Amino acid sequence: MEKDPIIVVENVVKNFDSRRVLDGINLTVYKGETMVIMGGSGCGKSTLLRHLIGSLRPDSGKVYIKGTDITSLDADKVDDIKKGFGMLFQSGALLDYMTVEENIALPLKEHTNLDDEIIKIMVKMKLELVGLRGFQKLKPSQLSGGMKKRVGLARAIAMDPDIVFYDEPTAGLDPIMTAVIDKLIADLSKKLRITSVVVTHDMQSVFRIADRVAMLYNGRVVEVGTLDEIKNTKNDLVKQFIEGNPEGSASFSHKGDDYLKLLLEA
Amino acid sequence: MRNPFFTIGSATLQAISNLRAALFLFSKTMYWIFIGPLRGKFVSGEYIFEQMVFTGVRSLSIVFFVTFFTGIVLAMQTAHELSKFGATMYVAGLVSVSLARELGPVLTALVVAGRVGAAITAQLGSMKVTEQIEALEAMALDPVRFLVVPRFLALLVMLPALTIFGNLIGNLGGYLIGVFDLKIAPSLYIDTAFRFLELKDIYTGVFKSFIFGGIIAIVSSYQGLSTSGGAEGVGRNTTVSVVSSFILVILADCVLTGIFYFSNI
Repeated sequence: MEKDPIIVVENVVKNFDSRRVLDGINLTVYKGETMVIMGGSGCGKSTLLRHLIGSLRPDSGKVYIKGTDITSLDADKVDDIKKGFGMLFQSGALLDYMTVEENIALPLKEHTNLDDEIIKIMVKMKLELVGLRGFQKLKPSQLSGGMKKRVGLARAIAMDPDIVFYDEPTAGLDPIMTAVIDKLIADLSKKLRITSVVVTHDMQSVFRIADRVAMLYNGRVVEVGTLDEIKNTKNDLVKQFIEGNPEGSASFSHKGDDYLKLLLEA
Repeated sequence: MRNPFFTIGSATLQAISNLRAALFLFSKTMYWIFIGPLRGKFVSGEYIFEQMVFTGVRSLSIVFFVTFFTGIVLAMQTAHELSKFGATMYVAGLVSVSLARELGPVLTALVVAGRVGAAITAQLGSMKVTEQIEALEAMALDPVRFLVVPRFLALLVMLPALTIFGNLIGNLGGYLIGVFDLKIAPSLYIDTAFRFLELKDIYTGVFKSFIFGGIIAIVSSYQGLSTSGGAEGVGRNTTVSVVSSFILVILADCVLTGIFYFSNI
């Protein structure tokens, strides 16, 4: 794999009120690879993703997309960069008053001068890629969760982006649909040589799609490595997460004394 | 019990920060209407047209309903009082002037705030809580340009239009009472209605409804886009949107009427 950094995150810190959500994140994603950002709920992985797509700005630190620091750009310039990537939201986030076709056509209609007929053909091609031929005229409310995500994916790749971000792409799907989505992600990154950044806590998916993995805990990257490196990690935290062990370095319950204090507090 | 000063103070601060955010939304809307097109970024006419149909055409029946019966009630009430002076023929003028200057614009605005304003907040609010607004931003589509401006322009055009139609229907209600109950000759009723009605009565009314349209659009869009907290949040913000539109429309009506009154327009 060529080592050409496409996304570089440098020392990103973000606070929500007094709570520190991202605590000095450093991460590099190389061109063409599938980087999975994993971690427990509330570890800041979705917040990190929102910094990468430019919808949140860090309190300090920098985010470079293809060499441009998007944290110091004005909104217009960030928009230009946004046109170069796609994003699949957890729920699909299709506009519910538009049909499937209109949803996928939206970025093409708004950002290009393509003819309506050409856009129609492109929509069909994207739907074919996600295996939903003939679904153009349906509304999102008529689709199942897995279909919505696939339409969302078709919309994310409508502009032929070179980076696609995925926010928990398999959350809430049955095992077969999970495998279908995973295969789509893997296919897209191989066939179209798209760089993928996937945020998930679904370990099965991680093993299926990841080239490299970054583990987030308490707003910090605790380990980054290839899939094999992560599988054979010495880090207790990462081990615990992979094995899904309730006991370990990451504490999810209070110790005895704390609990008593907590009960008596109020 | 909570300190009343604390309650009043925090409510005031909340109102000020809401007002500031709503004004910011207004300025962004103005940007996309006036500056955006200069930089080659137009608001789609198709979306504006869609919203105009929803805001205007689809509101006609409810506006007609309200103004028609208001015209009837107005005529009956005033006829009762005027009959004491033997002046029932002036019912026509009273109905036409009070509809044009005051009742037409205000009632139409209240109906539209309830129908269209609530729909705007509920729609934008549910889009917000289901990541659709964020998805637009991720596609480099500004939600203000894409969602707020078409609704704003539609209300700005359609509320005055609805008001004018509503006035006509309200006068029809008054006419029915005048002609069939008070036995005023049809031509005399129409003649009296127009004799008392001046052009300024109509344009001050239309001007009011223009302002009301802007208020409803900004309040309902702001409440929609600032929704958080799932379905409960959508319900809460929709209620707040309709209530604050009502209050602001009535306040603006008082201020505008005051301006017209003291400047003798």
